[in-house]
Amino acid sequence: MINRRHLLHSALGAGAVLGSAKLLPAWARSASAGNLGIASLSGTRFDLDIDRFPVRINGRDGMATGINGTLPGPLLRFREGDDVTLNVTNRLQEDTSIHWHGLLVPFHMDGVPGLSFPGIRPGETFKYQFKVPQNGTYWYHSHSGLQEQLGHYGPIVIDPAEPDPVLYDREYVLVLSDWSFTHPHRIFAQLKKNPESLNYNRPTLSNPVGLGGMWGQMRMSPRDIADVSGETYTYLINGHATADNFNMVFQPGERVRLRIINASAMTLFNVRLPGLPMTVVQADGLNIQPVETDEFQMGVAETYDVIVAPTEARAYAFVAESIDRTGQAVATLGPRAGMKATAPALRPVPILTMRDMGMAHGDMPGMSHDAGSESGPAQPGHDMSGHDMSGHDMGAMPMKPDPDGPAIQPVRIEADIKRGPGVVNVAAMAMSRLEEPGIGLEDMPHRTLTYSQLRALDMNEDHRPPGREIVIHLTSNMERYMWSFDGVKFSEVTQSIKFYEGERLRLTLINDTMMPHPIHLHGMFFDLVNGGGHHKPRKHTVTVKPADKVSVDITAEHVGDWAFHCHLLYHMHAGMMQVVSVLPAAHPEHPGVPEPEPDADMHMDHQAMNHGGHAQ
Amino acid sequence: MNLVKRILPALVFSSAGIGGPLNAIAQETHQSPPWNQADALHGADVMADARQRVLAEGGDQKHFYVMFNQLEAQFAEAEDRFAWNGQAWYGGDLNKLWVKSEGHASLTDGGVEEAEIQALYSRAVAPFWDIQAGLRYDIEPDGLAHAVIALNGLAPYWFEVETAAFLSEQGDLTARIEAEYEMLLTQRLILQPSIEAELSAQPVPDRETGSGLTSISAGLRLRYEVRREFAPYLGLEWHSAFGDTRDMIEATGEDGEEIVFLVGLRAWY
Repeated sequence: MINRRHLLHSALGAGAVLGSAKLLPAWARSASAGNLGIASLSGTRFDLDIDRFPVRINGRDGMATGINGTLPGPLLRFREGDDVTLNVTNRLQEDTSIHWHGLLVPFHMDGVPGLSFPGIRPGETFKYQFKVPQNGTYWYHSHSGLQEQLGHYGPIVIDPAEPDPVLYDREYVLVLSDWSFTHPHRIFAQLKKNPESLNYNRPTLSNPVGLGGMWGQMRMSPRDIADVSGETYTYLINGHATADNFNMVFQPGERVRLRIINASAMTLFNVRLPGLPMTVVQADGLNIQPVETDEFQMGVAETYDVIVAPTEARAYAFVAESIDRTGQAVATLGPRAGMKATAPALRPVPILTMRDMGMAHGDMPGMSHDAGSESGPAQPGHDMSGHDMSGHDMGAMPMKPDPDGPAIQPVRIEADIKRGPGVVNVAAMAMSRLEEPGIGLEDMPHRTLTYSQLRALDMNEDHRPPGREIVIHLTSNMERYMWSFDGVKFSEVTQSIKFYEGERLRLTLINDTMMPHPIHLHGMFFDLVNGGGHHKPRKHTVTVKPADKVSVDITAEHVGDWAFHCHLLYHMHAGMMQVVSVLPAAHPEHPGVPEPEPDADMHMDHQAMNHGGHAQ
Repeated sequence: MNLVKRILPALVFSSAGIGGPLNAIAQETHQSPPWNQADALHGADVMADARQRVLAEGGDQKHFYVMFNQLEAQFAEAEDRFAWNGQAWYGGDLNKLWVKSEGHASLTDGGVEEAEIQALYSRAVAPFWDIQAGLRYDIEPDGLAHAVIALNGLAPYWFEVETAAFLSEQGDLTARIEAEYEMLLTQRLILQPSIEAELSAQPVPDRETGSGLTSISAGLRLRYEVRREFAPYLGLEWHSAFGDTRDMIEATGEDGEEIVFLVGLRAWY
């Protein structure tokens, strides 16, 4: 096989001009070779205009709000280490903004109105300037109002400064999204006034699960998988509905890299190419040890890069199915342009179980996971993860110091969540669900990806055990469409969450609701505590399943005020948001961070250290 | 009337518990900034405005809702009627102002026989329950005012429940209990059984009402949701008076019990 990447690098090293199509990176080639239907910009200076413009989706006319007149906005192609300037001009009648999702830029360039800057006023141009700090697949979107739902998003690909450890012959960027002809303010109002009104999979007389028993008593519906369904949404791949058939071309034997971005407002997707295994090589822009699978569920704002290597000269369907299976977007990967793969039928709608309510006891697949063996605030002999596995942790109970533990125990900060108008608090017993693939994928006849399978390709840099643990409950009252952290809506917040520059801490997210929440923290990565030792996958967005308990370790490096929120747009809009303030070392409230102790518990994964060996 | 003037303000303002409905609906302003690191770059005033806006966008939205649960023609042996039962509210998640109205008019002569309107302050007190307090005014038949205290909510097993107690300006205490259930036959074809009982603590001869259980209405409406917001329906309802109330009604030559057929529209926005 031709190692095109290395060829490209040697050509550039020799000062060659990019004259031959063969030497062009995949994204720069003609439409038939890749990225058909998506505009692309590269270099170091970018002019982005935010405006309203007409779009035609699934044969119907609508009005979008977006970037440079296309939906999605143009692919921004950066090079790691470049200093880039992006002039963003607001041609709307209202404020706008762009947030570079997952990019570790200085906080005043992060693009969140009210946190990092005032926002971009109508007619104003805001100049974003930063050094591109990393490489991989990311995206950008508005952080103002509900503009994301209207088309204000686009993909980012950053080419690495060093040779890419992932080898591929061509690549496609796939931006998944949910489009509605109903204005997002109306959708939000419908959810507030009658939260079940957008769900057309409710329990019926002939299918009454959820009317009686514990469900009826709790006034919870096991058919409440997604707040907004395919009845309201048209699902899109690069702006194309299934009927518009987004086309990707390959030659048999090629390794094709798919950079998949979930840019939806509200939709988690199940992604698969029936008959074609995928090797996942990157999650949230950072390389992982390759893992082969047949299907995965991706939360809003997550990205996955996969390699597919079709050998047969036939058309394959790329399927992005909404988590509630009320709709899907299908694209074609075929040996010739213009082919149309057969779209698979929608699968039966999943039904939530008592486990999603946090009420299941007994044998759980999650019980065997070994997060507890990782060095965390849980000390040896005081295995905190073991507590919830054995069912003693009552979730909202503040943790008392362990009398048998070491003299100095790390601080655990957890609010006492009270049931009230905004908090139903159904997850009586949250436990880790890292070994589960997500709602509806439990009993698939094929392989499904789980968070517990992810391992960072590069060893984690910070090996310190976390010095303290902050526990945050994801809370809601679905009946009033109220969503919050720790029972406090963003509008009621009086103090941000404080991190201290230089510290290593653990954030534990407990989902007291029955919906999965893709939780995103700006400005720093989550090291997902999933049994990966020093190869924890590093993510900017972690989906917390119903009644799930997920821990992430964080190195608080980047000073600033950073948005922390559920990436389901209407959950954020309803109040599921907070701010994390990383206070600088010089700040009077900064307590000082002790010198890092050498970590005795080093898990060297020799196989994973061999970077060259994974792209066979 | 004096009694009402004394009782109503006390009821409304004390039940709000936080200085009255209007103050409660206005969001309190944040005193010290919850974060402020960008102030150094963009100025404290500019950032304070932007911070206020982003906070308000995170759960402090107000909405306006209007719902005609029943907008229907009733066909009965004695008389055909037009009847309505609707509500509207404005406010946020916890505090709302409500307006409710119900009544009926004769389809024969167009005369409004009963019409009431309520204005209530509503406060969410538990995950599924709101307490409401305010004023009811009966435009017809007699222009009587009442103080109202009500409990609205969703009971276990998905029963919508509304209970209210009324104290009239003449000092008469009455109550109403309503329950509704929505049974989905399909995702759009919905059968809605409902029951409403009226009670009185004392006889009110002016209104042909005895004491105790005065009447029960039980209805069954089958609607088709063309959209969730727009659903025509067919149905029937059984009305019956009890005890002294029934005797008083029958003494006037009217029926103490009837079955009516309904054609109507349920709509909300």
